[in-house]
Amino acid sequence: MDKKYGVYICTGCGIGDALEMEELCGVPEEEGLPVKTHPFLCGKEGVELIKKDIADDGINTLVIAACSPRVNFDVFKFDGCIVDRVNLREQVVWSHPRSEYPRLTEEQKDDEEHFDSLQMLAEDYLKMGMAKVEKIDLPEPYKLETLSKKIMVIGGGITGISAALDAAKAGYDVTIVEKESSIGGYAAKIRKQLPIQDPYEALIPPVIEAKIKELESYDNISVKTDTVVARLAGEPGDFTVTLKKPGEKIEFDVPFPLPEEMKFDENGKELDVEDQHKRYLEYNEGKVDILQFDPNGEKFGAVVLAAGWRPFEPEGDELEHLGYGALPDVVTNHKFEEMAAQGKIVTSDGKEAKSVVFVQSPGKGDDDADFDYCGSVTSLVSLKQAKYVREDYDDGKAYIFYQHMRTPGLLENFYKSIQQDEGIFLTKGEVISVSKNGDGMIVEADNTLLGEKVKVKADMVVLATGMVPATVDDPVVNMAYRQGPAFRDIALFDGFCDSNYICFPYETQRTGIYAAGAVRRSMTMEESIEDATGAALKAIQCIESVNRGVAVHPRSGDMTFPDFFFQRCTQCKRCTDECPFGALDDDEKGTPKPNPARCRRCGTCMGACPERIIGFADYNIDSIGSMVKIIGVPSEDDYDEPPLRILGLVCENDAYPALDIAGLNRLTYSADVRFIPVRCLGSMNVIWIKDAMAQGMDGAFLLGCKHGDDYQCHFIKGSELSDVRIQKIGDALSSLALEEERVAQFQVAIDEYDKLPQMINDFVEIVEGLGPNPFKGF
Amino acid sequence: MTENKAAPSNGSILVVGGGISGLTTALEAAEVGYEVFLVEKNPYLGGRVAQLNKYFPKLCPPSCGLEINFRRIKDNPKISVFTQAEVEKVEGAPGSYEVAVKLSPRYVNENCTCCGDCEAACNTEISSDFNFGMNKIKGAYLPFEMAFPARYVISPQIIGTEDAQKCKEACNYDAVDLDMEAESMNLQVGAIVWATGWEPYDATKIDNLGFGQYPNVITNMMMERLASPNGPTKGKITRPSDAKEPESIAFVQCAGSRDENYLPYCSYICCMASLKQATYIREAYPDAKVYIFYIDIRSPGQRYEKFYQTIKEDENVFLIKGKVAEVSEDPGTGNITVVAENAVTGEKIKQTVEMAVLATGMQPTTATDKLPSDLKYNEDGFIINDFEKGGMFAAGCANKPADVVSSNQNATGMALKAIQTLVKR
Repeated sequence: MDKKYGVYICTGCGIGDALEMEELCGVPEEEGLPVKTHPFLCGKEGVELIKKDIADDGINTLVIAACSPRVNFDVFKFDGCIVDRVNLREQVVWSHPRSEYPRLTEEQKDDEEHFDSLQMLAEDYLKMGMAKVEKIDLPEPYKLETLSKKIMVIGGGITGISAALDAAKAGYDVTIVEKESSIGGYAAKIRKQLPIQDPYEALIPPVIEAKIKELESYDNISVKTDTVVARLAGEPGDFTVTLKKPGEKIEFDVPFPLPEEMKFDENGKELDVEDQHKRYLEYNEGKVDILQFDPNGEKFGAVVLAAGWRPFEPEGDELEHLGYGALPDVVTNHKFEEMAAQGKIVTSDGKEAKSVVFVQSPGKGDDDADFDYCGSVTSLVSLKQAKYVREDYDDGKAYIFYQHMRTPGLLENFYKSIQQDEGIFLTKGEVISVSKNGDGMIVEADNTLLGEKVKVKADMVVLATGMVPATVDDPVVNMAYRQGPAFRDIALFDGFCDSNYICFPYETQRTGIYAAGAVRRSMTMEESIEDATGAALKAIQCIESVNRGVAVHPRSGDMTFPDFFFQRCTQCKRCTDECPFGALDDDEKGTPKPNPARCRRCGTCMGACPERIIGFADYNIDSIGSMVKIIGVPSEDDYDEPPLRILGLVCENDAYPALDIAGLNRLTYSADVRFIPVRCLGSMNVIWIKDAMAQGMDGAFLLGCKHGDDYQCHFIKGSELSDVRIQKIGDALSSLALEEERVAQFQVAIDEYDKLPQMINDFVEIVEGLGPNPFKGF
Repeated sequence: MTENKAAPSNGSILVVGGGISGLTTALEAAEVGYEVFLVEKNPYLGGRVAQLNKYFPKLCPPSCGLEINFRRIKDNPKISVFTQAEVEKVEGAPGSYEVAVKLSPRYVNENCTCCGDCEAACNTEISSDFNFGMNKIKGAYLPFEMAFPARYVISPQIIGTEDAQKCKEACNYDAVDLDMEAESMNLQVGAIVWATGWEPYDATKIDNLGFGQYPNVITNMMMERLASPNGPTKGKITRPSDAKEPESIAFVQCAGSRDENYLPYCSYICCMASLKQATYIREAYPDAKVYIFYIDIRSPGQRYEKFYQTIKEDENVFLIKGKVAEVSEDPGTGNITVVAENAVTGEKIKQTVEMAVLATGMQPTTATDKLPSDLKYNEDGFIINDFEKGGMFAAGCANKPADVVSSNQNATGMALKAIQTLVKR
C-alpha cells in the first residue's frame, strides 16, 4: 500500500504538562510528516480529528503518541490503517516525574552540560514509532487451498465417543480410530461406574452402552476399529492421515528423528548434514520421508487425542511387602474390576472372597504418596470396589487402608454413602505387610485410626494402582513432523499429554491436536466426558481459525505468519529445531518448509535465524532493527558527560504490562533505557543487540518470563531460548573488547511490577560502572 | 475450497459471570466465530482469580492469564462485555431466549483515561470489598491495576456527597457523570451459560473457630490478598492485630467443608491452597513455622501429589492429621491457640501460633441468590446441568466445586454445549 503518514500526539493525562510539545512535534515535522496534537485524543473530538484525516487526506499509516496500547485499544482501531501506539503516558511521563527529571532552564538549554532526559526519552519513542510504521505492512491472512473440517478422534473409549458425539452435534464430521476390534474401551469392561451427576451417592450401571447407541444414530460419525494412525502429516485444516492395522509395517509408518548419539562419528565428531541424512535414511529404512504425503491418505482438519490408558503393572519387587507377585490373591484394582465384571468375586482357587482389603498407598513410614499415576479416581475406585464385595456377599467385609481419602468436590457424597455401609471399614493406615495365613492372608497395618497396629484376615488384597497414559508407551498420534512423532516435553508430566498452563488447559506444543481424558490426567469417567467436550470445542475452534486464516491461542486472531526469504537460507536448521510448536519441516538439505497453520506466531524462528530471513508483515528484523537504530545516542561531541543509552527488549505479554503498571503506580526508573516490546523473547534476534552496541549504546537487557519446569512463557521456551542466545552473545562482545556484563536477561512475572524499577536501575548502575561504550561516536 | 459444509451458524450466546470460567466460555465460543455477550456484576472482570496471589501448583500469578484473556477480548469484536450488569429475567426456550439485564451506574463514562485525578480529589474512604475489608480505599477507585475495563468507579456510597462533586470537578475529561442512572437492556440469545461462581464460605458461621472474634484468625482468601503485591499490605504478610511479622502460622483445613453443619461437600481447592500459602510464608519468613491441621490432604494426581510431597519435605512445615475443634486467643499477646485431636495418636494437640488461617471452602453464589431463570439446583445450591433439555448450562464452580484447571476445562466444554444449541436451531 502507498503509505500516507500522520502523527497524532495527545497532550492529556499529564503528557502536555511534562513535555515540551513544540519540540516533540518538531520530530515528525523534520521528517516532513504531518503532526497534530489534541488535549484529549481518545475523546470523541480527538478520534473524529483522526477519522477526518483518514477520510479526507487518505492518511493510512498512523503514529499515535498517547497512552499504552493496552488501553483505548478499541478507540484507536482504524480499519485498513497501520497504527502504532507510542506509550508516552505510562512509560514516559508517569514513570519519570518532572520532580526527578527537571526541565532545563533557558541558560541550560544550549550549554553542553545539561540535557533534558525526559524530553529525549519522549522524542526517541516517537522516532521509534515512526521508524516502525515505515517498515511494517498490513497482514493478509494465510488461507489453505483446501480445508477439511473433519475431525479425527483417536481412541474409542468413553472420552473418544463423547468427543465424537459433541463434535457431531455441532455439525462436524468425525472419524473415530480405535485400535481394538470394538469401541467402548475400559468403560465397557466394568461392572459399575462411579456416579456422574447429582446427588453423587450411588454407583450406576455403565453409561457406555447408551453412548454407543447414541453414536450409531449420527451419520456424520464413522468408526474404524482395528485401526491405528501410521502417520499424520501436514497441518491443521489439511492433515493427511495414513491409517493402518495395528502391528502392520507400511511405508507410511512415521519416521523417527535420528537419535542424538547417532549424529556423531566414532570419534565423537558431529557428522555433516549429508552424512546425518544418510544415517537418518538408514535408521528409517522402509519408510518414506515426512515431506512425501500419502496420496491415499485421509484428510482431517483437527484431532482429538483420546487414547486413554493402560493399567499400571508393578514391576520387580517394589511391592514385595504387599505380597504382590508372590501371593496370587494380591491383585491390582484393574484385575479386580475385570473379575467383578465377569461375576462374583472369588479367589484364585475359586473360593468366595468375603474379606477383601484395599490398599490405597504403597508406602511405609513417612511415604504417604498414592501409587504412581494415581488421582482421586483411584481413591474413588477403591470405594466403588468395596461396594462390589458387599453386593456379592451379604456377610462380605471390605477394608480400605488409605493415607488420604481423595474424594474431592461433590464426590464427598459418595464417600459418605460408603461410610454408611456397615460392612465397609475405612481407616487411615500404612500397610506394612501382607502375608500368607493358611488359605487366606493377613494384612498388617500401622498408624491407623483404630489404634496401634491392626491385623486383618483377607481373602483378597486389592492395590489401588494407577492409570498409565498411552503416551508413555507410544507417540500414538505419530506426527510426521521433523521434530518427531510424539508430543514434546511430556516427561514433565510423567508422560501424561497435559498442558502446562493452569489458565489454558488445552494448550500443548502441537497445534490442532487436543488431548482429553485419561491420556492427560488420571480421571474419572465424569471428568473424561467433560474433558472430551472441551477438546472437541478446541478442535472445532482450530479448524474455524484456520478457515479464517488466523492464529489460535495465545495470539488468537493474528493474521500474520512467518515469511521466509529462502534465497538466503543457509540450511542451518535452527528454526526447525527451535520452533516450540514443531511448525517447520526441513527437507534433506535442511531448507525449512513452513506449515503456517501449525504456527502460533511467536517469532521464535525469526529470533533463531542467523541470516535474518524470517519475518512477519507487522513484525520483522527490520522493523525492530530500525527502532533500535533510530535511538539517539549522545556522545561527548554533544555533551561533556553524555547520558547512557540502554536498550530494553521486553516480552509484550507479561513484562510490558508490568512496566505499564509500574507507571500507573508512578514508580520511577532510569530515563536512559529505551524499551521495545517483542512478541516473545524467543523472537529476539541477537542482531538487534549487536546493532545497539555497534551504534554506541552502552548496554542491553531483556525482560522475559520465568523459565524452567514451571515456565510462564506463553510460547513454551521463548525466554529460555533467548537466555541461551544472550549467553552466546557474551562471547561475541568480549571479542569486541566489550564487557559481557553489558548484556543481560532478567526474569520477571507480570505481578512483579514493584520489583521492576530496582531491576532496571541496578542494571543501569552496572553499566555505569563499566563506563560508556568505547564505540560511541564512531 | 472447503470439503465439508459444517460452519458456524447464527445466533449468539450469553455468558453470565466474568470470572475465569465465564471468561473462558465466552472467549472459546467467540474464537470459534460466535457472537457472545458477557455480563458481570462487578465493575471488573476476573472474579475470584483476580484476588489470588498465585496459582497452585505452578506458583504463577493469575494476572498473567487474565492479561492474555483481556487481550483476547480486546482483539475480538465478537465479544461484548457489560460490567455492573445483572440478569433480571429470562424468557423463552433453548435457541431463543429473551434476557433482561440491569446495568448499575458506574458514574464514570467511557471518557475515563485512568489518570487518577478523581481518586486524588476524593477524601472519603470506604472499606475495600476486594481486600475483604482489610483496608480502606477512596470513594473513587480503580478496582485493581490490571482491571478490565480499565476505568474508574465512583462508589454509590459517596453519591450525593460533596466528595462526589469534587471528583466530578477534578476530572478534566468529563468522565464523571453523577447523574448516571440504572439502565435496562434486552438481549436475544440462543443459549446461556451461567458462570456465576462462588463465595468464600462465611467463616463467622463457624462459631468454634474464632473468626470475627479474634483479629489474628483470618480466612484463606484474606491470606491471598495479604500476600498479593497489590493487596492491602502490598504483599507483606503481617497479622492484623499489630502488623507483626508472624513467626508461626496454623492452617485449619475443612473450615466449614466436609461438615454436615456447614458445607457437607469437599470444596476441592482448600488443601492445595493451604500448601501453596505455606510457600508464601516460608518465602517471606525463612524461620517461620507452619502447622497444617487436616482430615485428608487432597492433592490428587501426579502434579498435585508432587507439590504436596515437596511441601512435606520442608522441615518448618508440620502436617497434623486432625480436625481442629477449638480456637482461642490470648488477649494479652493476640496469639491464637488451636486445639485438635491427632486422629492417629488420639492425643489432644494444643498449638499456639501468632496467626491462624481458616481454609474456608466455596459456596456457589446460587446457594443464597437463586437466578431469575428456570434452573435446577442441588441441595447445596449448585446448578444441575440438564443436557437433554439444553439451552442453558452452568460452567465452573456454579456447577460444582473445582480448581481453576478443571473449571476451565469444564468452561471450554460448555462453550460447545452452547454452540450445539445454536446449531440445532
